[in-house]
Amino acid sequence: MLTKITLMEFRLFVREMVGPALVMALPVALLLGFGYMPGGTKGSKDLAGQSAAEYIASIDVGLVLVVLGFTILPSVISDYREKGVLRRLGTTPVRPSRLLLAQLIIMSASAVVSVTTVVLLGSALFGTPVPVRFGWFVLAVLLGMGALFGIGLVVAAVAPSGRAGTAFGMVLFFPSMLLGGVYIPREKEAAAMRAVGDFTPLGATLKTVRDSWQGLDPRPAQLAALAAYAVLALVAAVRFFRWEAR
Amino acid sequence: MPIIEVRNLHKRYRRKVAVQDVSFAVEEGEVFGILGPNGAGKTTTVECVEGLRRPDAGTVSVLGFDPVRDAAEVRARLGAQLQESRLPNRITVREALDLYASFYNRPADPAELMDLLDLTSQSGTRFAKLSGGQQQRLSIALALIGDPKVAVLDELTTGLDPQARRDTWAMVERIRERGVTVLLVTHFMEEAERLCDRLAVIDAGRVVAVDSPAGLVARVEPEQCIRFRPSRPVPDALLRDLPEVRSVVRRGEGLVVTGTAEVLQAVTSVLARNQIIAADLRVERTSLDDAFAALTGRTLES
Repeated sequence: MLTKITLMEFRLFVREMVGPALVMALPVALLLGFGYMPGGTKGSKDLAGQSAAEYIASIDVGLVLVVLGFTILPSVISDYREKGVLRRLGTTPVRPSRLLLAQLIIMSASAVVSVTTVVLLGSALFGTPVPVRFGWFVLAVLLGMGALFGIGLVVAAVAPSGRAGTAFGMVLFFPSMLLGGVYIPREKEAAAMRAVGDFTPLGATLKTVRDSWQGLDPRPAQLAALAAYAVLALVAAVRFFRWEAR
Repeated sequence: MPIIEVRNLHKRYRRKVAVQDVSFAVEEGEVFGILGPNGAGKTTTVECVEGLRRPDAGTVSVLGFDPVRDAAEVRARLGAQLQESRLPNRITVREALDLYASFYNRPADPAELMDLLDLTSQSGTRFAKLSGGQQQRLSIALALIGDPKVAVLDELTTGLDPQARRDTWAMVERIRERGVTVLLVTHFMEEAERLCDRLAVIDAGRVVAVDSPAGLVARVEPEQCIRFRPSRPVPDALLRDLPEVRSVVRRGEGLVVTGTAEVLQAVTSVLARNQIIAADLRVERTSLDDAFAALTGRTLES
């Protein structure tokens, strides 16, 4: 039953076109753009010794997770609630929570595929290393997923309509991108902004992913922050989730 | 044993009472209507039957099961079509039926349901591209996909054009022929009259009457109103003296006569005896609309 729902939801996700494009094409485009830039594969002082390709590859990871968590997840689920899809399921032997689970599976699988693509493509084309502290890298990605998807679920839980879900997601998305160091490299940010940004869900994800990729141990405080975001968000999402509109 | 039995149902949302006191029983194989104006508590009542809401007081039984306590039993046996419920834009008719079929142990055949509901040529069409009538027929098909004993159809034809509405009614008649008991919520008098074997008229959260459409009409003091243009002037007294006549009103050359169910017979024979011909003769009977107005003191807007 869950398999059937998940496959169907996956087909619908692919048919949306925008989602898969953002999740697969955007990271790859960024990687190619920065990798083929003159000097894109040489280590840069401005980027703490990383090459532009390696830097953007680690940014890609955070980007994929935040696009899925803050934009796609809330808009899909709040749209389903607005349409009455969740209520309709409530009258069948299948619980509507299965639909949420199916969505989380699809989002997670998309993230894994996209991250793997970026890692392999960067390595093949631009000689970026496969994340050096691999275990820490995986943990950072998982915790980042928990935090960002969790917050997306909170948005989905409270947004009354699909449109509102998309709007609330965007309100979180752009400041996160700014604070997290996507628009300007973290190294060039003012110290105060960096201190705040490092502990935002996206900022902490980006930094721990980047550290472990480079071969540094991620800061435990940042990993702990991500875990806390994930737990708090999931508790809030479960607490506030409504199956029907109004 | 009734298929659905609702007894003294009471449901409130915060301070607002949605359902004050509703009782009715639906027998096997019938199309049972819940008729009432918007906000009367119709949808809340059926949501309690579907197990989507928990009653504050009273009991609901569906095939002997409690929709809250025995939710799984009820969900497996009751098919629902919800008011204003839609599907994802990009799911096709066939995919939706296959998906919902996978939720049940012994589902109906999706191909056969598409055939029954005239959806076969739309099987590959996405939900957003279906017409309003086709979307409603798909929602009926989904309500039947679990091969249920009973189907609840809530405001099935609201928002449809008259032709699509008539097509949808024909579908409900096909469902009845399959032996599925139908609980139908509507605020359209014509729909109730055409489809329902029996009706519960609900107003302000209470059942005002439960009867067949004809029975409801008969409860109201039967009255007929006839209009005609006599071939020559008729002395008022000629008609007014008839025991069946209640009133006679002149409208230009025409006459409007009201009276009991036998008034037509009485008036035409007295006119015939006097060699008066009644031209443009029209008879207006009490309708379910009149019955509703008499029972609730208001009219349904449609």
